[in-house]
Amino acid sequence: MKILALDSSGLVASVAVVEDDNLLAEYTINYKKTHSQTLLPMIDTVAQMIELDLKTIDAIAVSAGPGSFTGLRIGSATAKGLALALEKEIISVPTVDALAYNLWGAEAYICPLMDARRNQTYTGLYRFVDGVMETLVEPCVVPLEEILETVQSMNHSVIFLGDGVPVFEEQIRRTCTVPFSFAPAHSNKQRAASVAALGAILYERGLATPGSQHKPEYLRLSQAERERQEKVRDFRI
Amino acid sequence: MEQRKKDITILAIESSCDETAAAVVVNGREVKSNVISSQIDLHTLYGGVVPEIASRKHIEKIDQVIAEAMEEAKVTWDDLDAIGVTYGPGLVGALLVGVAEAKAISYARKLPLIPVHHIEGHISANYIENKELEPPFLCLVVSGGHTHLVKVTDYGKYEILGRTRDDAAGEAFDKVARAIGLGYPGGPKIEKVAKEGNPQAIAFPRGKVGDGVYDFSFSGLKSAVLNYLNGCKMKGETIVEADVAASFQKAVTDVLVGHAMDALDEYHMDKFAIAGGVASNGTIRQAMEEACREKGVKFYHPSPILCTDNAAMIGAAAYYDFLAGKRAGLDLNAIPNLKLGDTL
Repeated sequence: MKILALDSSGLVASVAVVEDDNLLAEYTINYKKTHSQTLLPMIDTVAQMIELDLKTIDAIAVSAGPGSFTGLRIGSATAKGLALALEKEIISVPTVDALAYNLWGAEAYICPLMDARRNQTYTGLYRFVDGVMETLVEPCVVPLEEILETVQSMNHSVIFLGDGVPVFEEQIRRTCTVPFSFAPAHSNKQRAASVAALGAILYERGLATPGSQHKPEYLRLSQAERERQEKVRDFRI
Repeated sequence: MEQRKKDITILAIESSCDETAAAVVVNGREVKSNVISSQIDLHTLYGGVVPEIASRKHIEKIDQVIAEAMEEAKVTWDDLDAIGVTYGPGLVGALLVGVAEAKAISYARKLPLIPVHHIEGHISANYIENKELEPPFLCLVVSGGHTHLVKVTDYGKYEILGRTRDDAAGEAFDKVARAIGLGYPGGPKIEKVAKEGNPQAIAFPRGKVGDGVYDFSFSGLKSAVLNYLNGCKMKGETIVEADVAASFQKAVTDVLVGHAMDALDEYHMDKFAIAGGVASNGTIRQAMEEACREKGVKFYHPSPILCTDNAAMIGAAAYYDFLAGKRAGLDLNAIPNLKLGDTL
């Protein structure tokens, strides 16, 4: 089984091709250029390097959110365009799950923290039991205090990772009461290889869908919808 | 023996504002399909287009719209010669969906990618139903986001004679409609109400711009309408909505027609076309048609379905850009404030 995977949910742009248990190629950059300009040229470079005939892939895995709204849509539209034109299916891999999968097999619990701005984080909580990832807290958008409280109630060591770490590190160091550590550079941000590896598992579970059914999972309404809801709520009160 | 010229079939994609659209167009003039998924009901709740909501809808709908366009046109991927896509101007998040999708398709099928300017698309809408229309001609593009008086010197070659300095004509319609309580979108609503009103009832100003002969300004007119409404309320006078709508519409029409006719004279053009969402306004179209007839100028306008944002017009423009050898790379980006005539 061969999977092409993309992640443009945050500042990182990443592309990978995984065939069964082999990572054939992975290309990750964390640079200020926009994903719109980098993602497809990266796919092209990877494809050329490994002489990949796109027709031979089984499915396209894409990091499906949460994350930067525009970044997610660039990844989704790229995946959808490829899937439509190649007549392949899409595997929507939750971004927070894929981040946790970077740390496969860890003894500690894993808590990805993505910077969601407005004093919130896109987060979740995971653990590995006999090599299988279990979800303790589903991907959500909450203030750091809320996920920290849950982490501490588990009374188990934890690894934090993600682009939210620089934002929340000081607060974690000050308040976290369970043993904790921060993941190092090679595994602390989005990696398409993890999206592909986790995508392969979802694919085998029959969770791939036609591209037309794929859409990002933002976990947050647009500002206009939020304000409108608040207005409606205030009116009811 | 002369080789028979091959038809060029283009799949075009447009997502610059609140319509997700795809079309299949042959040789720039023959529309095989023109599918538009409109989000207007969604945005009506907010009194205007909400960029983030528009972008979210685009990503949900784009595959279905493309599939439908190809199905209706009875074409497969192998029948296509190129992909055309709007890359600006427009809402950046909205544009990016179409651009990323088009790039991926073009890459996967090894098809040339033709980047199209949205306004160039509106102008080219006129080629579809007027097979004899060829440059040079003069074109007025009026929509919710744009007001441009353009000299089309050749296919893909444009000289901008005038543009709005502030609000677009369609924007003024939306704002005035909101002020007199007609709601969004303003264009069709004002046109309907104005039919019952007297266009001479209120003397609204015809906006002039000092140094740019063909430039437009509609914010002064909009303010004049708002001041008039406030004045009536203060004095306790009843507001006759139909008269306000008709007088406002007349003021816009006079300015558009005046600029267009002056430019026709100065540039000695014998063909005039109108394009963009506001071009489907019957009153404006009729006034243009009459003014052109008096001058002996041939008048062109697209059907309403080709005036609104659509992808058939992008396919028409893409064809001539394709012939001119214009191509985009895999790094094509959306350019929200793209100027007409800017090259990649």
